[in-house]
Amino acid sequence: MFMREAVSRIATYSADTFGVCSALFELGGMIVIHDPSGCNSTYTTHDEPRWYDTDSLIFISGLTEMDALMGNDEKLVHDVIEGARQFSPRFIVLLCTPVPLMMGTDFPALAQEIEKATGIPTFSGTTNSMETYEKGISWALQMVADHIVKENPVSNSGRFYCSWQPSFASQSQKAIPINIIGMTPLDFAYQGSEKTIRQLFSKRGFSVRSIWAMGSRIEEIEMAGQAQVNLVVSYGGLEAAKVMQKRFGHPYVIGVPMGPFQDTLCQALRQAVHTGENQYPCLQRIDDGKSTMAMIGESVYATSLAAALEMTIGMHVQVLCALEPAEHTLQQTDCCVSSEQELQLRLKSKKIIIADPLYRPICPKQGTLIPLGHEAFSGRMYEQQILDLMKPDIFHDFVKQIKGV
Amino acid sequence: MLQQVGRIMKETQAVIPIKEASFPAFFYDGLQYSPPARGTWNIVHTNMLVPESHQIYICALGCLRGVVLTAAEMGSMNRFSSIVIEEHHLYDGTMEDVIVDAVGDILDNLRPYVPKACFIYPSCVHHFMGCDMDTIYQRLRETYGQTKFVACWMDPIRRESKWTAEMRTRQQVYSLLQKRPLRHHDVNIIGSNLAVQDNCELVSLLQENHIVLHQLPTCDTYEAYETMASSSLNIGQEPLAKGCLAAMKQRLGQESLYLSSSWDLDEIERNLQKVAASLHISCPSYADKKRQCENALAQTRKYINNMPIAIDYTAVVRPFSLARLLLSHEFIVERIYADVANPEDKEDFYWIQSQYPQLQVYATRHADMRCLARTTKDPVLAIGQKAAYFTGTKHFVNIVEGGGLRDYAGVLRLMNLLQEAYDTEKEAKPYISRKGWGCTSCL
Repeated sequence: MFMREAVSRIATYSADTFGVCSALFELGGMIVIHDPSGCNSTYTTHDEPRWYDTDSLIFISGLTEMDALMGNDEKLVHDVIEGARQFSPRFIVLLCTPVPLMMGTDFPALAQEIEKATGIPTFSGTTNSMETYEKGISWALQMVADHIVKENPVSNSGRFYCSWQPSFASQSQKAIPINIIGMTPLDFAYQGSEKTIRQLFSKRGFSVRSIWAMGSRIEEIEMAGQAQVNLVVSYGGLEAAKVMQKRFGHPYVIGVPMGPFQDTLCQALRQAVHTGENQYPCLQRIDDGKSTMAMIGESVYATSLAAALEMTIGMHVQVLCALEPAEHTLQQTDCCVSSEQELQLRLKSKKIIIADPLYRPICPKQGTLIPLGHEAFSGRMYEQQILDLMKPDIFHDFVKQIKGV
Repeated sequence: MLQQVGRIMKETQAVIPIKEASFPAFFYDGLQYSPPARGTWNIVHTNMLVPESHQIYICALGCLRGVVLTAAEMGSMNRFSSIVIEEHHLYDGTMEDVIVDAVGDILDNLRPYVPKACFIYPSCVHHFMGCDMDTIYQRLRETYGQTKFVACWMDPIRRESKWTAEMRTRQQVYSLLQKRPLRHHDVNIIGSNLAVQDNCELVSLLQENHIVLHQLPTCDTYEAYETMASSSLNIGQEPLAKGCLAAMKQRLGQESLYLSSSWDLDEIERNLQKVAASLHISCPSYADKKRQCENALAQTRKYINNMPIAIDYTAVVRPFSLARLLLSHEFIVERIYADVANPEDKEDFYWIQSQYPQLQVYATRHADMRCLARTTKDPVLAIGQKAAYFTGTKHFVNIVEGGGLRDYAGVLRLMNLLQEAYDTEKEAKPYISRKGWGCTSCL
């Protein structure tokens, strides 16, 4: 039996609190992590490439031992209200961490009090700083789907565009409006991924209405109900897609468009629009049970890449997921791993391992590590190795690297 | 689309003229912002100074993230491990067993390597859980006799107590030293992350009297570290060293001497005289050195013309002392970035308050600092990473924690650095984004 808690030689994944911050970073809210110290600099140093040059309102409360022991929630409420008056955020989010959790801080009540005082929608996240980041993204995007997306958006579908207007082309080709849900720098290469995904879908007859939440204005996300189908690109986007389905009847498709898998996804998106049913193309992979290649990563990204590689080189890739996997992504030969030692054991027979470079210490000596940086694991360390594999040329080079082993 | 959020503020409480500032805490401690200047050291960096040691942190994922990646960016993951706390540990009474078993697992996984020492860091929640750390250490010592376990804490919730995580770490890194016969010609500088510059007057004074200086940042082996127990005198030069001085005096019988890191030319001499008196050696005259400093100050003032200066509290131990030195030599010091003042800066603070009441004191972690304009009307010469970030200048002296500068040589070196910064434009981001100034970094 392996000890889940003991991590001898590798890093640990980013936390749920940081997942919330990352997902909401660009949406104009004010996020307050109720924590003594450290969380803020940790997130902003390692997990947030946008921090240096962009002014998003993410703060910590600076909880002290005395305030914790005496239950001085008034200070938090006072400070958040003052902050709200100073910055006029679009919404406020309060995040719980281990000490307030132990104190039994009543976050929903505090959020209500703050909302009443400021008139600004205020939410309390279900974080504890002990869960992994994808769960934080999931909560945040679900909150967006529930509260930020407008109920009855005015549809653009009945509008007419002139030939000089950018929307003319897509109108004339009856582009299918889609939302991309679950894209954050924790899982996707920052500066580029959002542009790549917009371009590739617009070339294939889709119109990207919003990307949650990288590279979209909040106004675009507010109107996300206008889309006909949602593409879930990470675990963090799945619950939000379910809310969108409930609210607007939109089906969703799970997958990241990489290499030849792009065509599969586009087909699945059309199928979803046509049938109104959710599509799970990540499950359509080779399963010969003889894999010598493994990939460690987030479930949607890793299974999509595995599918794309299998289509390209015809070899099965086993996905090893150390995070909570999205449903309908892992197939039987893939597996969830819960400890460093279990992972090390599962890697033992692998010849090629696609993973973040910080996994190197537990890779077998005879195996080759193909580095694929993952911000949620190694933070900013391998920014150059966080590849935008949705770009055809980068995917091509990546495949070449694997073939060269 | 990424855009600036919030609004440009017309009024802020994050900036005040020094005449309105009350010593030592200048600003209301509300919501806190974290500026991206990362050069200051954290407890992981400090612990890495002990050769052949290992660190184990027992925290929630959110708390672990910063320390894990500090070690990773230093390329020292082979000297670092974690124990991840899950929510059920807070309530189910298993925490003690989990720690003992997980430390055991980690040490087994590291084999055949056996670290000489293991620094164990429980976190804030362990205080609230009433986790029995004493029993844990006892069980670990019984089971893993080859490794010395050092009790530490990463508990920022107690940052306002008299015994913070950083203070404890600075002390605990010397706790492995075992009592030895004292050698009268050996001296330690303790409590500092950075070694002092080789050519400072303190080093020269010791060398001229054949006294060997030991410093933790220059210990390459565990054996070299252990020899620090033989020194007869410990010198501390920053407030965090005070706990180390007292503990080592009590435990190892070493004499202690505290020298405040003043920039005042007379106080520097008085400090050197104190060293000489403690070691019963003669102290030379430093009149020539003082003259050299006066000349360098005047020449630098002329060289940088009227360029205004901003100083932050991370650059030097006593920013108000440095500001006073510069102001009294007609430099234009316009801003000091400090949330609170070092108590040793009290006299300098009041001197500036009376002589230069319009000098602006800026917060660094106040929430308003997130949105204050990071530009200045005229180019500023910044001393320190936070000052460089907040002013948006391309002219800055990149040092933290004093940068090893000491004595008159430190003043002369700083004047050189100011002239270099005046001459050279550089983008701050790549310099100040690196953690642990002076440490190895993969960035």
